[in-house]
Amino acid sequence: MSEALSCHPSESKSEVMDNPFVNGLWKQNPVFVQVLGMCPTLAITNSVRNAFAMGLATTFVLFCSNGMISAIRKLVPKQVRIATYIAVIATSVTVVDYLVKAISIDVYKALGAYIPLIVANCIILERAEAFAGKKPVIPSMLDGLGMGLGFAFALTCLGTIREVLGAGTFLGFPLFGKNFEPWVLFLLPPGGFISLAIWLLTFTLWRERKAKRAAAVQPAKSLPAMEVAS
Amino acid sequence: MRESLTHIFVDAFLINNFVLCVFLGMCSFLGLSAKFSTAWRMGVSVMFVIIVSAVLSWETNVLLVRFHAEYLRIIVYIVIIAATVQLTEMFIRKKSPALFRELGVYLPLITTNCAVLAVPLFQTSRNYDLLQSTVFAIAASGGYCAALILLSLVRERTDLGDIPRLAKGTALTLVLASILSLAFMGFAGMGNGG
Repeated sequence: MSEALSCHPSESKSEVMDNPFVNGLWKQNPVFVQVLGMCPTLAITNSVRNAFAMGLATTFVLFCSNGMISAIRKLVPKQVRIATYIAVIATSVTVVDYLVKAISIDVYKALGAYIPLIVANCIILERAEAFAGKKPVIPSMLDGLGMGLGFAFALTCLGTIREVLGAGTFLGFPLFGKNFEPWVLFLLPPGGFISLAIWLLTFTLWRERKAKRAAAVQPAKSLPAMEVAS
Repeated sequence: MRESLTHIFVDAFLINNFVLCVFLGMCSFLGLSAKFSTAWRMGVSVMFVIIVSAVLSWETNVLLVRFHAEYLRIIVYIVIIAATVQLTEMFIRKKSPALFRELGVYLPLITTNCAVLAVPLFQTSRNYDLLQSTVFAIAASGGYCAALILLSLVRERTDLGDIPRLAKGTALTLVLASILSLAFMGFAGMGNGG
Protein backbone atom coordinates (compact mmCIF):
# COMPACT_ATOMS: atom_id res chain seq x y z
CA MET A 1 0.00 0.00 0.00
CA SER A 2 2.83 2.38 0.75
CA GLU A 3 4.08 2.27 -2.82
CA ALA A 4 0.72 3.26 -4.19
CA LEU A 5 0.24 6.10 -1.77
CA SER A 6 3.66 7.49 -1.07
CA CYS A 7 4.52 10.58 -3.02
CA HIS A 8 8.23 10.07 -2.35
CA PRO A 9 9.09 6.54 -3.39
CA SER A 10 12.78 7.32 -3.50
CA GLU A 11 12.88 7.76 0.27
CA SER A 12 12.24 4.11 1.02
CA LYS A 13 15.64 3.07 -0.25
CA SER A 14 17.50 4.48 2.72
CA GLU A 15 15.38 2.44 5.10
CA VAL A 16 17.75 -0.48 5.51
CA MET A 17 20.84 1.32 6.73
CA ASP A 18 19.33 3.64 9.31
CA ASN A 19 18.62 3.15 12.97
CA PRO A 20 15.05 1.79 12.98
CA PHE A 21 13.94 4.05 15.81
CA VAL A 22 14.99 7.36 14.25
CA ASN A 23 13.86 6.12 10.87
CA GLY A 24 10.24 5.78 11.97
CA LEU A 25 10.24 8.91 14.05
CA TRP A 26 11.41 11.23 11.32
CA LYS A 27 12.79 10.01 7.99
CA GLN A 28 9.98 7.58 7.26
CA ASN A 29 7.34 9.34 9.33
CA PRO A 30 4.18 7.31 8.74
CA VAL A 31 1.93 10.32 8.26
CA PHE A 32 4.06 13.05 6.71
CA VAL A 33 6.26 10.90 4.48
CA GLN A 34 4.46 7.62 3.85
CA VAL A 35 0.92 9.05 4.06
CA LEU A 36 -0.44 5.96 5.82
CA GLY A 37 -3.03 5.54 8.53
CA MET A 38 -5.12 8.46 7.41
CA CYS A 39 -8.38 7.57 9.15
CA PRO A 40 -7.33 8.21 12.76
CA THR A 41 -5.02 11.00 11.60
CA LEU A 42 -7.97 12.97 10.32
CA ALA A 43 -10.72 11.81 12.63
CA ILE A 44 -9.17 12.00 16.08
CA THR A 45 -7.10 15.18 15.78
CA ASN A 46 -9.73 17.72 16.78
CA SER A 47 -8.04 18.17 20.15
CA VAL A 48 -4.45 17.76 21.29
CA ARG A 49 -5.35 15.40 24.12
CA ASN A 50 -7.28 12.97 21.93
CA ALA A 51 -4.64 13.08 19.23
CA PHE A 52 -1.88 12.25 21.69
CA ALA A 53 -3.90 9.47 23.33
CA MET A 54 -4.62 7.94 19.93
CA GLY A 55 -0.93 8.18 19.03
CA LEU A 56 0.07 6.39 22.23
CA ALA A 57 -2.53 3.64 21.73
CA THR A 58 -1.24 3.05 18.21
CA THR A 59 2.35 3.05 19.46
CA PHE A 60 1.50 0.37 21.99
CA VAL A 61 -0.17 -1.80 19.34
CA LEU A 62 2.75 -1.34 16.93
CA PHE A 63 5.29 -2.17 19.64
CA CYS A 64 3.47 -5.36 20.72
CA SER A 65 2.51 -6.58 17.27
CA ASN A 66 5.96 -5.93 15.79
CA GLY A 67 7.60 -7.75 18.68
CA MET A 68 5.28 -10.77 18.53
CA ILE A 69 5.32 -11.04 14.76
CA SER A 70 9.08 -10.88 14.69
CA ALA A 71 9.26 -13.58 17.37
CA ILE A 72 7.08 -16.00 15.42
CA ARG A 73 8.34 -15.07 11.95
CA LYS A 74 10.16 -18.36 11.38
CA LEU A 75 7.21 -20.50 12.44
CA VAL A 76 4.62 -18.92 10.14
CA PRO A 77 4.27 -20.36 6.63
CA LYS A 78 4.45 -17.72 3.91
CA GLN A 79 0.96 -18.38 2.55
CA VAL A 80 -0.91 -17.63 5.77
CA ARG A 81 1.31 -14.85 7.06
CA ILE A 82 -1.15 -11.99 6.45
CA ALA A 83 -3.93 -13.79 8.29
CA THR A 84 -1.55 -14.53 11.16
CA TYR A 85 -0.40 -10.92 11.32
CA ILE A 86 -3.97 -9.70 11.45
CA ALA A 87 -4.82 -12.12 14.25
CA VAL A 88 -1.79 -10.90 16.25
CA ILE A 89 -2.69 -7.27 15.62
CA ALA A 90 -6.33 -7.82 16.56
CA THR A 91 -5.19 -9.38 19.83
CA SER A 92 -2.99 -6.39 20.68
CA VAL A 93 -5.83 -4.04 19.81
CA THR A 94 -8.24 -5.89 22.08
CA VAL A 95 -5.73 -5.44 24.91
CA VAL A 96 -5.46 -1.71 24.18
CA ASP A 97 -9.23 -1.39 24.00
CA TYR A 98 -9.62 -2.71 27.55
CA LEU A 99 -6.52 -0.83 28.74
CA VAL A 100 -7.82 2.56 27.62
CA LYS A 101 -11.22 1.79 29.12
CA ALA A 102 -9.50 1.04 32.45
CA ILE A 103 -7.22 4.11 32.41
CA SER A 104 -9.62 6.86 31.42
CA ILE A 105 -13.26 6.46 30.51
CA ASP A 106 -13.33 10.05 29.14
CA VAL A 107 -10.63 9.34 26.61
CA TYR A 108 -12.31 6.04 25.77
CA LYS A 109 -15.56 7.81 24.97
CA ALA A 110 -13.80 10.48 22.91
CA LEU A 111 -11.89 7.95 20.81
CA GLY A 112 -14.98 5.77 20.43
CA ALA A 113 -14.91 3.29 17.58
CA TYR A 114 -11.46 4.40 16.49
CA ILE A 115 -9.70 2.19 19.04
CA PRO A 116 -11.00 -1.10 17.59
CA LEU A 117 -10.33 0.42 14.17
CA ILE A 118 -6.58 0.45 14.91
CA VAL A 119 -6.74 -3.12 13.53
CA ALA A 120 -7.44 -1.67 10.11
CA ASN A 121 -4.71 0.95 10.35
CA CYS A 122 -2.47 0.30 7.37
CA ILE A 123 0.71 1.41 9.16
CA ILE A 124 0.61 -1.60 11.44
CA LEU A 125 0.18 -4.22 8.74
CA GLU A 126 2.68 -2.40 6.57
CA ARG A 127 5.34 -2.48 9.32
CA ALA A 128 4.59 -6.15 10.00
CA GLU A 129 5.05 -7.00 6.35
CA ALA A 130 7.96 -4.68 5.60
CA PHE A 131 9.97 -4.94 8.78
CA ALA A 132 8.89 -7.28 11.58
CA GLY A 133 8.37 -10.29 9.31
CA LYS A 134 12.03 -10.18 8.27
CA LYS A 135 14.06 -8.76 11.16
CA PRO A 136 15.01 -9.94 14.69
CA VAL A 137 12.91 -9.06 17.73
CA ILE A 138 14.83 -6.09 19.20
CA PRO A 139 15.10 -4.00 16.01
CA SER A 140 11.45 -4.79 15.23
CA MET A 141 10.35 -3.51 18.62
CA LEU A 142 12.47 -0.39 18.15
CA ASP A 143 10.95 0.08 14.72
CA GLY A 144 7.46 -0.25 16.18
CA LEU A 145 8.30 2.26 18.89
CA GLY A 146 9.80 4.73 16.42
CA MET A 147 6.98 4.45 13.93
CA GLY A 148 4.40 4.71 16.68
CA LEU A 149 5.98 7.79 18.23
CA GLY A 150 6.37 9.32 14.78
CA PHE A 151 2.67 8.73 14.28
CA ALA A 152 1.89 10.26 17.69
CA PHE A 153 4.07 13.26 16.82
CA ALA A 154 2.25 13.82 13.54
CA LEU A 155 -1.13 13.48 15.20
CA THR A 156 -0.14 15.98 17.89
CA CYS A 157 1.03 18.45 15.20
CA LEU A 158 -2.32 18.21 13.48
CA GLY A 159 -4.22 18.30 16.75
CA THR A 160 -2.39 21.48 17.77
CA ILE A 161 -3.26 23.33 14.58
CA ARG A 162 -6.88 22.27 14.76
CA GLU A 163 -7.42 22.93 18.45
CA VAL A 164 -5.65 26.30 18.46
CA LEU A 165 -7.49 27.59 15.41
CA GLY A 166 -10.78 25.80 15.93
CA ALA A 167 -11.34 26.32 19.63
CA GLY A 168 -8.69 28.86 20.63
CA THR A 169 -7.33 26.52 23.29
CA PHE A 170 -4.33 24.26 23.82
CA LEU A 171 -4.93 21.13 25.93
CA GLY A 172 -8.07 22.87 27.14
CA PHE A 173 -6.40 26.12 28.28
CA PRO A 174 -7.64 29.23 26.49
CA LEU A 175 -4.85 30.94 24.56
CA PHE A 176 -6.45 34.10 23.31
CA GLY A 177 -8.56 36.78 24.94
CA LYS A 178 -12.34 36.85 25.09
CA ASN A 179 -12.59 38.58 21.74
CA PHE A 180 -11.28 35.53 19.89
CA GLU A 181 -13.94 34.09 17.63
CA PRO A 182 -13.17 30.34 17.26
CA TRP A 183 -12.72 29.17 13.71
CA VAL A 184 -15.04 26.21 14.19
CA LEU A 185 -14.49 24.92 10.68
CA PHE A 186 -11.13 23.55 11.79
CA LEU A 187 -12.81 21.22 14.27
CA LEU A 188 -15.14 19.93 11.55
CA PRO A 189 -14.17 17.38 8.87
CA PRO A 190 -13.10 19.89 6.15
CA GLY A 191 -10.64 21.43 8.62
CA GLY A 192 -9.03 18.04 9.10
CA PHE A 193 -8.41 17.61 5.40
CA ILE A 194 -7.11 21.14 4.93
CA SER A 195 -4.78 21.11 7.95
CA LEU A 196 -3.22 17.84 6.82
CA ALA A 197 -2.79 19.32 3.35
CA ILE A 198 -1.05 22.34 4.85
CA TRP A 199 1.30 20.16 6.92
CA LEU A 200 2.14 17.99 3.92
CA LEU A 201 2.88 21.05 1.80
CA THR A 202 5.03 22.55 4.55
CA PHE A 203 7.05 19.36 4.85
CA THR A 204 7.45 18.99 1.10
CA LEU A 205 8.56 22.60 0.86
CA TRP A 206 11.01 22.15 3.72
CA ARG A 207 12.52 18.98 2.26
CA GLU A 208 12.77 20.55 -1.13
CA ARG A 209 14.58 23.59 0.23
CA LYS A 210 16.96 21.41 2.15
CA ALA A 211 17.77 19.45 -0.98
CA LYS A 212 18.23 22.54 -3.05
CA ARG A 213 20.16 24.64 -0.58
CA ALA A 214 23.46 23.65 -2.12
CA ALA A 215 22.23 24.34 -5.62
CA ALA A 216 20.81 27.70 -4.44
CA VAL A 217 17.76 27.61 -6.66
CA GLN A 218 15.23 30.29 -5.78
CA PRO A 219 12.41 28.75 -3.69
CA ALA A 220 9.92 31.42 -4.80
CA LYS A 221 8.63 28.95 -7.35
CA SER A 222 6.92 26.95 -4.65
CA LEU A 223 4.97 29.79 -3.05
CA PRO A 224 1.80 29.48 -5.13
CA ALA A 225 1.32 26.01 -3.62
CA MET A 226 0.79 27.48 -0.18
CA GLU A 227 -1.73 29.96 -1.50
CA VAL A 228 -3.82 27.20 -2.97
CA ALA A 229 -3.87 25.38 0.34
CA SER A 230 -4.80 28.34 2.48
CA MET B 1 -36.19 4.01 20.48
CA ARG B 2 -36.16 2.22 17.13
CA GLU B 3 -34.70 4.40 14.39
CA SER B 4 -36.64 4.48 11.15
CA LEU B 5 -34.98 2.85 8.15
CA THR B 6 -35.16 6.04 6.09
CA HIS B 7 -33.42 7.94 8.84
CA ILE B 8 -30.64 5.35 9.05
CA PHE B 9 -30.23 5.44 5.30
CA VAL B 10 -30.06 9.23 4.93
CA ASP B 11 -27.86 9.52 7.98
CA ALA B 12 -25.25 7.02 6.81
CA PHE B 13 -25.37 8.01 3.15
CA LEU B 14 -25.32 11.81 3.35
CA ILE B 15 -25.26 13.35 6.82
CA ASN B 16 -22.52 11.17 8.25
CA ASN B 17 -20.95 10.10 5.00
CA PHE B 18 -18.36 7.50 5.89
CA VAL B 19 -15.54 9.06 3.94
CA LEU B 20 -16.15 12.78 4.00
CA CYS B 21 -17.59 13.24 7.48
CA VAL B 22 -16.43 10.30 9.60
CA PHE B 23 -13.03 9.78 7.91
CA LEU B 24 -13.23 6.06 7.29
CA GLY B 25 -11.56 4.28 4.40
CA MET B 26 -9.19 7.17 3.78
CA CYS B 27 -6.32 5.10 2.39
CA SER B 28 -8.25 3.73 -0.56
CA PHE B 29 -10.09 7.04 -0.93
CA LEU B 30 -6.80 8.89 -1.49
CA GLY B 31 -4.99 6.04 -3.23
CA LEU B 32 -7.58 4.80 -5.70
CA SER B 33 -9.42 7.92 -6.75
CA ALA B 34 -7.05 8.94 -9.54
CA LYS B 35 -9.15 7.36 -12.29
CA PHE B 36 -12.89 7.02 -12.59
CA SER B 37 -12.71 3.51 -14.07
CA THR B 38 -10.78 2.12 -11.09
CA ALA B 39 -12.73 4.19 -8.57
CA TRP B 40 -16.19 2.87 -9.37
CA ARG B 41 -15.01 -0.73 -9.61
CA MET B 42 -13.29 -0.45 -6.26
CA GLY B 43 -16.41 1.23 -4.86
CA VAL B 44 -18.65 -1.60 -5.97
CA SER B 45 -16.29 -4.31 -4.67
CA VAL B 46 -16.12 -2.59 -1.29
CA MET B 47 -19.91 -2.24 -1.26
CA PHE B 48 -20.26 -5.97 -1.80
CA VAL B 49 -17.76 -6.81 0.92
CA ILE B 50 -19.35 -4.40 3.40
CA ILE B 51 -22.89 -5.67 2.89
CA VAL B 52 -21.98 -9.37 3.09
CA SER B 53 -19.66 -8.96 6.08
CA ALA B 54 -22.15 -6.72 7.92
CA VAL B 55 -24.90 -9.31 7.67
CA LEU B 56 -22.57 -12.14 8.69
CA SER B 57 -21.18 -10.14 11.62
CA TRP B 58 -24.67 -9.39 12.88
CA GLU B 59 -25.44 -13.09 13.09
CA THR B 60 -22.09 -13.81 14.69
CA ASN B 61 -22.54 -11.10 17.27
CA VAL B 62 -25.76 -12.75 18.42
CA LEU B 63 -23.76 -15.93 18.98
CA LEU B 64 -20.96 -14.07 20.79
CA VAL B 65 -23.41 -12.40 23.15
CA ARG B 66 -25.15 -15.74 23.73
CA PHE B 67 -21.86 -17.32 24.87
CA HIS B 68 -20.58 -14.22 26.73
CA ALA B 69 -17.52 -13.92 24.50
CA GLU B 70 -17.76 -10.23 23.57
CA TYR B 71 -14.04 -9.75 24.05
CA LEU B 72 -13.50 -11.81 20.90
CA ARG B 73 -15.53 -9.35 18.83
CA ILE B 74 -12.70 -7.49 17.08
CA ILE B 75 -10.88 -10.69 16.13
CA VAL B 76 -14.02 -12.42 14.90
CA TYR B 77 -15.12 -9.43 12.82
CA ILE B 78 -11.76 -9.14 11.12
CA VAL B 79 -11.78 -12.86 10.32
CA ILE B 80 -15.24 -12.54 8.77
CA ILE B 81 -14.07 -9.61 6.68
CA ALA B 82 -10.95 -11.41 5.53
CA ALA B 83 -13.06 -14.40 4.50
CA THR B 84 -15.52 -12.20 2.60
CA VAL B 85 -12.68 -10.48 0.79
CA GLN B 86 -11.28 -13.86 -0.17
CA LEU B 87 -14.71 -14.84 -1.49
CA THR B 88 -15.03 -11.65 -3.52
CA GLU B 89 -11.58 -12.18 -4.92
CA MET B 90 -12.43 -15.71 -6.09
CA PHE B 91 -15.75 -14.53 -7.50
CA ILE B 92 -14.18 -11.68 -9.50
CA ARG B 93 -11.35 -13.88 -10.75
CA LYS B 94 -13.90 -16.39 -12.04
CA LYS B 95 -16.34 -13.88 -13.51
CA SER B 96 -14.05 -11.22 -14.92
CA PRO B 97 -10.31 -11.91 -15.13
CA ALA B 98 -9.76 -8.48 -16.72
CA LEU B 99 -11.25 -6.65 -13.75
CA PHE B 100 -9.27 -8.90 -11.45
CA ARG B 101 -6.00 -7.82 -13.06
CA GLU B 102 -7.01 -4.18 -12.95
CA LEU B 103 -7.81 -4.11 -9.23
CA GLY B 104 -4.68 -6.13 -8.55
CA VAL B 105 -3.20 -5.66 -5.09
CA TYR B 106 -6.03 -3.43 -3.91
CA LEU B 107 -8.46 -6.32 -3.77
CA PRO B 108 -6.86 -8.16 -0.83
CA LEU B 109 -6.22 -4.78 0.79
CA ILE B 110 -9.97 -4.27 1.26
CA THR B 111 -9.39 -6.27 4.46
CA THR B 112 -7.53 -3.35 6.01
CA ASN B 113 -10.05 -0.78 4.85
CA CYS B 114 -11.40 0.69 8.03
CA ALA B 115 -14.78 1.48 6.48
CA VAL B 116 -15.37 -2.27 6.20
CA LEU B 117 -14.58 -2.94 9.85
CA ALA B 118 -16.47 0.12 11.05
CA VAL B 119 -19.88 -1.04 9.79
CA PRO B 120 -20.09 -4.11 12.09
CA LEU B 121 -18.64 -2.12 15.00
CA PHE B 122 -21.15 0.71 14.61
CA GLN B 123 -24.13 -1.56 14.17
CA THR B 124 -23.13 -3.42 17.33
CA SER B 125 -22.70 -0.29 19.40
CA ARG B 126 -26.00 1.15 18.15
CA ASN B 127 -27.91 -2.11 18.77
CA TYR B 128 -29.38 -2.31 15.27
CA ASP B 129 -31.53 -5.30 14.38
CA LEU B 130 -30.85 -7.33 11.25
CA LEU B 131 -32.95 -5.20 8.89
CA GLN B 132 -31.52 -1.95 10.26
CA SER B 133 -28.01 -3.34 9.96
CA THR B 134 -28.56 -4.28 6.34
CA VAL B 135 -29.92 -0.84 5.47
CA PHE B 136 -27.06 0.77 7.38
CA ALA B 137 -24.50 -1.33 5.50
CA ILE B 138 -26.06 -0.50 2.11
CA ALA B 139 -26.19 3.22 2.90
CA ALA B 140 -22.71 3.45 4.39
CA SER B 141 -21.08 1.54 1.55
CA GLY B 142 -23.12 3.49 -1.00
CA GLY B 143 -21.86 6.69 0.57
CA TYR B 144 -18.30 5.42 0.35
CA CYS B 145 -18.78 4.49 -3.29
CA ALA B 146 -20.36 7.87 -4.10
CA ALA B 147 -17.55 9.82 -2.43
CA LEU B 148 -14.91 7.79 -4.25
CA ILE B 149 -16.59 8.37 -7.61
CA LEU B 150 -17.07 12.11 -6.96
CA LEU B 151 -13.43 12.61 -6.01
CA SER B 152 -12.20 10.59 -8.98
CA LEU B 153 -14.23 12.76 -11.35
CA VAL B 154 -12.81 15.94 -9.85
CA ARG B 155 -9.28 14.54 -9.94
CA GLU B 156 -9.56 13.61 -13.59
CA ARG B 157 -10.35 17.26 -14.30
CA THR B 158 -7.55 18.69 -12.17
CA ASP B 159 -5.06 16.46 -14.00
CA LEU B 160 -5.54 18.73 -16.98
CA GLY B 161 -5.01 21.91 -14.98
CA ASP B 162 -1.79 23.76 -14.37
CA ILE B 163 -0.98 22.94 -10.77
CA PRO B 164 2.09 24.08 -8.81
CA ARG B 165 4.57 21.22 -8.83
CA LEU B 166 4.81 21.03 -5.06
CA ALA B 167 1.08 20.68 -4.53
CA LYS B 168 0.73 17.74 -6.88
CA GLY B 169 -0.13 14.37 -5.36
CA THR B 170 -1.57 13.84 -1.92
CA ALA B 171 -1.72 17.49 -0.87
CA LEU B 172 -3.90 18.47 -3.81
CA THR B 173 -6.15 15.45 -3.26
CA LEU B 174 -6.59 16.47 0.36
CA VAL B 175 -7.55 20.01 -0.62
CA LEU B 176 -10.12 18.63 -3.08
CA ALA B 177 -11.44 16.25 -0.43
CA SER B 178 -11.74 19.17 1.94
CA ILE B 179 -13.90 21.09 -0.52
CA LEU B 180 -16.09 18.02 -1.12
CA SER B 181 -16.42 17.54 2.60
CA LEU B 182 -17.43 21.18 2.96
CA ALA B 183 -20.20 20.54 0.44
CA PHE B 184 -21.37 17.48 2.36
CA MET B 185 -21.59 19.57 5.54
CA GLY B 186 -24.60 21.18 3.93
CA PHE B 187 -26.52 17.95 4.49
CA ALA B 188 -26.04 18.20 8.25
CA GLY B 189 -29.31 20.08 8.66
CA MET B 190 -31.29 17.16 7.28
CA GLY B 191 -30.68 15.15 10.45
CA ASN B 192 -33.01 17.19 12.64
CA GLY B 193 -36.16 16.55 10.65
CA GLY B 194 -35.82 12.74 10.58
